[in-house]
Amino acid sequence: MENGFEPVLIGFTCNWCSYRAADLAGTSRIKYSPNVRLIRLMCSGRLDPTFVLKALASGADGVLITGCHPGECHYLEQNYKALRRVALLKRTIQQMGIDPQRVKLVWASAAEGMHLAREITKFVDEMKALGPLDWPTARLRPAHRELQKVPA
Amino acid sequence: MTQNGKPKFAMYWAAGCGGCEIAVLNIHEKILEVDANFEVVFWPVAMDAKYKDVDAMEDGEIYLTLFNGGIRNAENEHLARLLRRKSQVLVAFGSCAIEGCIPGLANLSSPEQIFEAVYRSPSTVNEDGRVPQYVTQVPEGELHLPIFYPTLRTLQDVVDVDYFIPGCPPESHQIAAVIDAVLAALSGKAELPPTGAFLGVGDSTVCDECPRQRNVKHIKQFMRIQEVEHIDPDLCLLEQGILCSGPATASGCQGKCPIAGAPCVGCYGPAVGALDQGARLMTALASVIDSKDPTEIDRILDGIVDPAGSFYRFGLARSMLRTAWVAENGR
Repeated sequence: MENGFEPVLIGFTCNWCSYRAADLAGTSRIKYSPNVRLIRLMCSGRLDPTFVLKALASGADGVLITGCHPGECHYLEQNYKALRRVALLKRTIQQMGIDPQRVKLVWASAAEGMHLAREITKFVDEMKALGPLDWPTARLRPAHRELQKVPA
Repeated sequence: MTQNGKPKFAMYWAAGCGGCEIAVLNIHEKILEVDANFEVVFWPVAMDAKYKDVDAMEDGEIYLTLFNGGIRNAENEHLARLLRRKSQVLVAFGSCAIEGCIPGLANLSSPEQIFEAVYRSPSTVNEDGRVPQYVTQVPEGELHLPIFYPTLRTLQDVVDVDYFIPGCPPESHQIAAVIDAVLAALSGKAELPPTGAFLGVGDSTVCDECPRQRNVKHIKQFMRIQEVEHIDPDLCLLEQGILCSGPATASGCQGKCPIAGAPCVGCYGPAVGALDQGARLMTALASVIDSKDPTEIDRILDGIVDPAGSFYRFGLARSMLRTAWVAENGR
């Protein structure tokens, strides 16, 4: 992009498939955009929507959630919970003024390093096209609960 | 201390519905104890008092102030700062003062949209198209209205708050318990809780206080309560497809709404440990939707007609995202 905007993205990966896919991408020397900061969870079902809200409220331009393919979850069905949570979360943040595209769910198995790298690069391109989120709370406070205190 | 030796008590009503004021009166004969132990110096709903009387007080002269309502305009903020200065103990009383409550939902709209809805919408009878003016000339002189802020903020966004008593409104038995605690502290029998504490609230969720029968939930459809033909009086409302905020909401109300057949709307705020009530509710609801098919999930979610308004009905102004309006304009 001409203006040189580099989005800050947070990625939540599951321990058993998608984190290993990212690992495989690394060991296979597959390149993907460095904009995403990956955080490993044990499972995409561990993803509390609070994590996503906090990332967006603290300055992230987008959040990527990755998990095992449907039917292949290490914990049987928890990735379906992630699927439903993300769907519900997207509806909610849209009402609050955030483009739901900024939250993306991707499935990747441990063998799909190439696929995950491609998806990450695609997400970065999408966020570059969408521009900065620049959610005002990020400028306002270091911790989300601590709005500036004004002495009386 | 007043001449009769009693500590002074004040209560103020900012941007709220007034239900909190009623709730205080609703503690029945306990109100006599308040009167017996406190000198009520400022309580616009209950007695005649002028702002200048408060102005004239020494700093810290009032012992206890219950502040209900959010900070919607310059007058609210002025009184919040004034009462903070004059009070030893300032309590954010009720959901509006703590987390914005229903008035906080206006933060989903701009001030222009709010004025449009109030003074010009089809449901408003306002044939002359009158809108309030900040300054009006009358024969007696100039009249001023307080500046309307771009967003509703909570009391703690404006001043330091000592204690929080949640609820919309706080339940009378909880208020009575807090009054007992304050009286015990005043008579030296006990100490006040640590500053910043939430008082008059349970440490669990509304579900724990709800007597309805709970099973493993498999939700195939969400419905609004008016769309349900027959509500099972003994079964969990959520299991019947009625959106209920019980799983994410702090206990303390004794489950009044679900007992009466209405779903919990979340008025006691986030349960202990939940940073964001809406997120907690999304987590809970998504877990019990019984579908693995994206199309069917979408259809089920269509039953939740107003997600942000349902999940953040009370806590929007203090939610994690706060909405852009609060964040951009609420300083």
